[in-house]
Amino acid sequence: MKRVYAREEYCLGCKLCEVYCVTSHSKSKDIVKAHKLEEITPRIIIESKDNISFALQCRHCEAADCTKACITGAIQKDEETGIVNYDAVRCVGCWTCIMACSYGVIRRDEYGDKVISKCDLCITEEEPACVTNCPNSALEFEERE
Amino acid sequence: MGLDYNIPEFIIERDQDRCIDCQVCQHQCANQVHAYDQDLEKMVAQDIDCVNCHRCVTLCPTNALIIRENPSEYKKNKNWTGNMIENIQKQAATGGILLTGMGNPTAKKIYWDHILLNASQVTNPSIDPLREPMELKTFLGRKPDQIEFDDNGELKDLPPQLELDIPIMFGAMSFGSISINACKSLAKAASDLGLMYNTGEGGLHQDLYQYGQRTIVQVASGRFGVHNEYLNAGAAVEIKVGQGAKPGIGGHLPGEKVGAEVSKTRMIPKGSDALSPAPHHDIYSIEDLRQLIYALKEATDYKKPVSVKIAAVHNVAAIASGIASAGADIIAIDGYRGGTGAAPTMIRDNVGIPVELALAAVDDRLRQEGLRKNVSLVVSGSIRNSADIVKAVALGADAVYIASAALISLGCHMCQKCYTGKCNWGIATQRPELVKRLNPEVGAQRVKNLITGWSHEIKEILGGMGINALESLRGNRLMLRGIDLTEKELEILGIKHAGK
Amino acid sequence: MDYVIIGNSAAGIGAIEGIRKVDQEGKITVISDEEYHTYSRPLISYYLAEQVSAEQMKYRGADFYQEYGVETRLGDRVVKVDQDDKLLALESGEEINFNKLLVATGGTPFIPPITGANKDNIYTFIKLDDSKAIAQEVEEGDIKEVVILGAGLIGLKAAEALVKLGVKVTVVELADRVLSAILDQDAAEIVQQNLEAKGIEFVLEDTIEEFSGTDRATAVKLKSGQQLKTDLAIIAVGVRPNTELVQDTEVELNRGVIVDDQLETNISGIYAAGDVSEGYDLVRGSAAVIPIWPNAYRQGLVAGQNMAGASESYNEGFVRNSIGFFGLPMITAGIINPEGDGYEVLSSKLLENNSYRKVVLQEGKIVGFIYLTDIDRAGILTGLIKEEQDVSQIKEELLADDFGYLSFSEEERRKLLWL
Repeated sequence: MKRVYAREEYCLGCKLCEVYCVTSHSKSKDIVKAHKLEEITPRIIIESKDNISFALQCRHCEAADCTKACITGAIQKDEETGIVNYDAVRCVGCWTCIMACSYGVIRRDEYGDKVISKCDLCITEEEPACVTNCPNSALEFEERE
Repeated sequence: MGLDYNIPEFIIERDQDRCIDCQVCQHQCANQVHAYDQDLEKMVAQDIDCVNCHRCVTLCPTNALIIRENPSEYKKNKNWTGNMIENIQKQAATGGILLTGMGNPTAKKIYWDHILLNASQVTNPSIDPLREPMELKTFLGRKPDQIEFDDNGELKDLPPQLELDIPIMFGAMSFGSISINACKSLAKAASDLGLMYNTGEGGLHQDLYQYGQRTIVQVASGRFGVHNEYLNAGAAVEIKVGQGAKPGIGGHLPGEKVGAEVSKTRMIPKGSDALSPAPHHDIYSIEDLRQLIYALKEATDYKKPVSVKIAAVHNVAAIASGIASAGADIIAIDGYRGGTGAAPTMIRDNVGIPVELALAAVDDRLRQEGLRKNVSLVVSGSIRNSADIVKAVALGADAVYIASAALISLGCHMCQKCYTGKCNWGIATQRPELVKRLNPEVGAQRVKNLITGWSHEIKEILGGMGINALESLRGNRLMLRGIDLTEKELEILGIKHAGK
Repeated sequence: MDYVIIGNSAAGIGAIEGIRKVDQEGKITVISDEEYHTYSRPLISYYLAEQVSAEQMKYRGADFYQEYGVETRLGDRVVKVDQDDKLLALESGEEINFNKLLVATGGTPFIPPITGANKDNIYTFIKLDDSKAIAQEVEEGDIKEVVILGAGLIGLKAAEALVKLGVKVTVVELADRVLSAILDQDAAEIVQQNLEAKGIEFVLEDTIEEFSGTDRATAVKLKSGQQLKTDLAIIAVGVRPNTELVQDTEVELNRGVIVDDQLETNISGIYAAGDVSEGYDLVRGSAAVIPIWPNAYRQGLVAGQNMAGASESYNEGFVRNSIGFFGLPMITAGIINPEGDGYEVLSSKLLENNSYRKVVLQEGKIVGFIYLTDIDRAGILTGLIKEEQDVSQIKEELLADDFGYLSFSEEERRKLLWL
């Protein structure tokens, strides 16, 4: 399946991916309103120290540990699209997925007390917003072996 | 010193209604202009440190930033302009020479803008390049006195030639003055497009050997990074005598830019200043130059053309004639508006002559002396668009070097602060966190886009003239007319005034 | 091929999904003495606290059995396993043949020998029925005070739910701290303070000696002599593997049903997974019962695949828990309170926001950790345990707030993140 891959040698650490992730997952889809009026936790993790930085999002693993650990069945892998889907209604906020994800790409939503924030690959768009808006092509959305 | 006025050159205006405190500007400014103020709970800016490179403006996702020149004005004075006053203040504070980067920004006459191109009407009808083939291919190098063919129909004894699909090359910019990613961008674009790029006096980084067939390797007064493998890695060798932005003076790459890779490539100790002397210490005459030309031809087995690059100065025609006699295959003439990574401001803005006049004079002189076919002429020193290229070819150039334009396509916004090493666009810097801002794949694509656009335009202009091969325009000054030019200027350029 | 799965919880569901990865045709029968559609056992406290509905309890969608082609015998009970004839006898009288059998019978709550422990209002708390019964008592009856024996995960989740329902709760615990199996002294103290702030009372280093009352317990007498009034009591001192079914067979037992790394017992064709099984504990390097939900599912999944002919192995078992009380989350794994030589313990200072981290190393590898309050990205450590990654080079960074993949060399990072 197509996944997002970071090329840390070209990551600027500008965090525009985060900005566009938030906008893409806002109700208004307006960059200013999304940041000023809505409360949204980015679905992307940016690690950054000194000269190195990279963005990391759900890997949509083939054998996704989060889906196996989830106690409610809220996280399940769609066998057709390959996307690891998350259903906020079924989630009780036990954070077992956070314990299970060795990439550390699932985090608590800062604004909801029982939901998680995790990349959904912007399923309704052609490619994820973080990839489209990376100014240096440091994120690639592609199929790899 | 109490008299050092703390007046910012630029003012940053931030639209707080648009600013979302994403801090992209902060993360992107190597001059640390932007910061989030915890107490004020908003982004603030230190205007004084802004160089107006537009990195923040370009990356701001909400277009919340505008940078303006500081509107504070000095008392009106055509002679003692604000710029003059500030320069004096700077020097009164430091005692140093004024340094700058990129090309001459002063308001002197730009001859390209006073030359107009012809187009066909009724007779000799124009050609539509979308329907008809259009040839831009150019060969640089000595042309033989007569053509002979061998039994297979191949040309016999043809001197080495550089084959260009489009008569554009990327001018000399060393690894050291620009980043490895900028070098890679240009090298890859040149390879993909069938052009040449020039190493400048920085040696050839190991990652760039793969582009050897599209590389002109330069030998300059410091001889940095020059060795047999280097000379033979490229498609041509260029002896750099002078540079349009700073004729008569050498180069200086400060030690802080000489990191591990630059050190290895230039073959100098890490952290040491790379000083290129003003002259070549083995060249004091045309005969000496001839020795070097032939030494390089020997080293490359007479398989590669040798170019000599000079700055356009007063006696350029005579100098070019000497260079042609000395055995050069290509002469590159760099005009006084040419760019640089660093130059003393006074020299950049006041030394040398316009390349348009130099080109016309050199072409004339070489023709008069019957030397023109011995050498190809390449001009540079502010080629800004495709029309400049067409005009240069009609004045007599075989090809052009572009450098500033190529860097602009990579992201350069002409802030002229290359010499600080803090280029926010990852071009004129060796700082790893800045270098990686230029993804060479993205960079190469942008350069390629620019050249592709220009080549379409050149074909359109040629077609308009009813010409289907650039070769037919070379030296064809009848296709040019002057406007707002004196008789003397027209005479030197060898063109008629518009209306005649 | 006839597959029979005894048990309808995480391991059982894992096995169904595992079998179907390999074999889309074979007949699968699931037997459970609980009559419910598969539900999430850890959610029974949420159900009690009225935080999830009966519908939300479902661990898989309503059409799960149909979609996976599973026959169910829910509310029935296996009374005999005939390993020779590969036959199961059910309480209803039905007999079911199997080619491959998975024992996924889970655990049984342990009830210590306390006088009066069989009274009507004394419950354990591991099944939905337990939760429903307690909920009904709270709804109908006059339940003001509850005593819970055991300050482990189950006891405290029950306590949290009851407090949310407005009941006064006292927890009696023999150990000197709450959650002694998954927390150290420092972390346990914070959690206890947090629970006390919500109104839960604790009696530590004590236990119940007697439930007094007639049909219903009205008071408990503690070993210390203290008496506590109670309207209802919950015993939550631990769970033991429910091995009863195979006790009369030749299936080898220790604490649980002994399985190899393919989850097969010593009897070919009979597998075990989940809380009933005793497999390999990665961090301890020995056999152990690891009664946690993610482990049960993964064992079930692997067992199912192997039952259907694959040869997958599972060696990633170790204790790990993510749990929270009144919004104070914690993730802990592996060996928390190491005893003996050869361990190195790194722990952070306790921060004002109750954030605390502890990492236990053995021979340069992580064998256990505690993340309290600030739990984001704890899974990175889980992964490092699983991968048995040597972290001795980056020891200093393990406790940092922003610990992540930047701490690794570029080469290792690319390998770990497949960038």
